[in-house]
Amino acid sequence: MVNPVLSLRGVTKRFGGLVAVNAMDFDVAEREVVGLLGPNGSGKSTTLNLVSGALPLTSGTVSLWGSPISGLPAQTINRKGVSRTFQLVRLLPSMNVRENVIAGAVFGHRRRWGHDAHDHAEHLLDKVGLGGKGDMPLRQLTYIDTKRVELARTLASDPKVLLLDEWLAGLNPTELQIGITLIKSLRDEGRTIILVEHVMDAIRSLCDRCVVMAAGTKIAEGTPTQVLSDKEVIRAYLGDDDA
Amino acid sequence: MSLTKTDIRNLILAAAALAICALLPLGDNGYWLGLGVTIAMFTTLATSWALFSGPTHYISLATAAFFGVGTYVTGLGIDALPFWSLVAIAGLIGAVLAALVGLATLRLSGVYFVIFTLGLAELVRQSITWVQNNTGQKGLYVLTDLDEAGIYWWLLGLAAAVFLTGWLIGRSRLGFALRVIGDDETVAAHSGINTARAKVLLFMLPGAVAAMTGAILAPRYVYIEPSLAFAPILSFQVVIMALLGGASRLWGPLVGVIPFTFLLEAVSSNFPNQTTLVIGIAFLVIVYLLPGGFVGLLGKILHRLNAREGA
Ligand SMILES: Nc1ncnc2c1ncn2[C@@H]1O[C@H](COP(=O)(O)OP(=O)(O)OP(=O)(O)O)[C@@H](O)[C@H]1O
Ligand SMILES: [Mg+2]
Repeated sequence: MVNPVLSLRGVTKRFGGLVAVNAMDFDVAEREVVGLLGPNGSGKSTTLNLVSGALPLTSGTVSLWGSPISGLPAQTINRKGVSRTFQLVRLLPSMNVRENVIAGAVFGHRRRWGHDAHDHAEHLLDKVGLGGKGDMPLRQLTYIDTKRVELARTLASDPKVLLLDEWLAGLNPTELQIGITLIKSLRDEGRTIILVEHVMDAIRSLCDRCVVMAAGTKIAEGTPTQVLSDKEVIRAYLGDDDA
Repeated sequence: MSLTKTDIRNLILAAAALAICALLPLGDNGYWLGLGVTIAMFTTLATSWALFSGPTHYISLATAAFFGVGTYVTGLGIDALPFWSLVAIAGLIGAVLAALVGLATLRLSGVYFVIFTLGLAELVRQSITWVQNNTGQKGLYVLTDLDEAGIYWWLLGLAAAVFLTGWLIGRSRLGFALRVIGDDETVAAHSGINTARAKVLLFMLPGAVAAMTGAILAPRYVYIEPSLAFAPILSFQVVIMALLGGASRLWGPLVGVIPFTFLLEAVSSNFPNQTTLVIGIAFLVIVYLLPGGFVGLLGKILHRLNAREGA
């Protein structure tokens, strides 16, 4: 791959005796959507945490446009243009919907403040389907709307790389279609995306490439069709007995 | 950002209130002025305390430490330097001390922070006692011609500065960053906020203000010794007054300070040994009945009224 935006080399994370992420190697090219797949507990979220700076690495390197970002604090990595959502939605409970989005716009990769931040937040709320809901308190939101707020906050600093941790999980079939369309539009505007996902429809229609993990290790890499028919991947998902 | 009509109205109202408060020494020079000094002192301390602890939810018990350091700055320097420069130096030392404490503790969780700040006052007090014992010195005499009215005006000026600073911070990126941190520190860091820096910066404010307050009040004590200057009860009083009023609004602590000062005054003149008891009861009341302070209560009432109108 020529000049990958993001590359992981030997990325490893230990929690005491447990090796949650074991020598992961992969690259993500500019404007590419890469799916990070694997059974529960295989280390997908931990991998995202290592990239975003939420957790320190045990060993290995993460590089952004060739320069290492592993070891940097989360705020620095965010300012360099990497932004993320969380598997369990994290919002700012004392703030209304608009302020939640503004929070992502003020200190990050591209910074805005005052009217500029306000207008930008309104624009993003329109984009994720929350137009007109800026003044709402969070407790009045439905589940998908909380996910939309979080996505809008994540987009507010105009990040180059997006890390989405099961952003589509828990949506009903109609919402899922809306969600998939939304993520497609993010790719079309030139963002590079790593997508942790279990929803097969979403993986097939969104991902250019997939990396599959099992027990912390990369077991397959390739197009969605390739990895989903890979023997080892099937075994990892279904267990040894069924393979 | 530009000022709205409401901002300008509030500023004018605040200036008028300040002017009225400033007239107090002209009307009374005894009991009421004394009470005025106490209220001005606790307003300054509690308001600056809440500027940091309100948004971050870190409970600081370091007020007595900074305050004591401030009184000692005045005590040591009063014969050599003009009073105003002592207040400024105290503020500087308080800010630096707060920055050091912040750097050491604000990465830790809230519980460690509380314990550390409580220990700080005791640490400084013991160190000064130790130095005094080894040099054979006892306490310090602070003799100035600054009278009660002068102290009152100094405190009022400091209180005004605290309110103005608080108002400006509330409109600034730093103030917004602190709100995000208070809500969710992980989100804050992932939104590009340098959380450690923001917390340390804002913690310097109550540190500086408490030290300046101590420096201003030193002449009132005439004779300063460690157990007086670093009395830990001061830290608890400030926390309770701020929480009683409500730390989520700039004016919240003031609403707690005024009734609580009168209450303490009444208690200490009738039952001189029961002040600690009153503080304890106030603490329980806040925790059980008024978790958001008077500000929170007001918010609830307004919310109910709105809901009723809407229905
Ligand atoms: N902070 C932590 N401390 C200790 N162990 C952890 C921590 N975070 C994750 N783990 C462990 O690391 C392993 C990988 O967890 P991770 O959350 O990365 O899995 P995942 O692939 O995201 O799973 P899921 O699909 O359920 O979200 C699990 O065994 C988990 O219990
Ligand atoms: Mg996960």
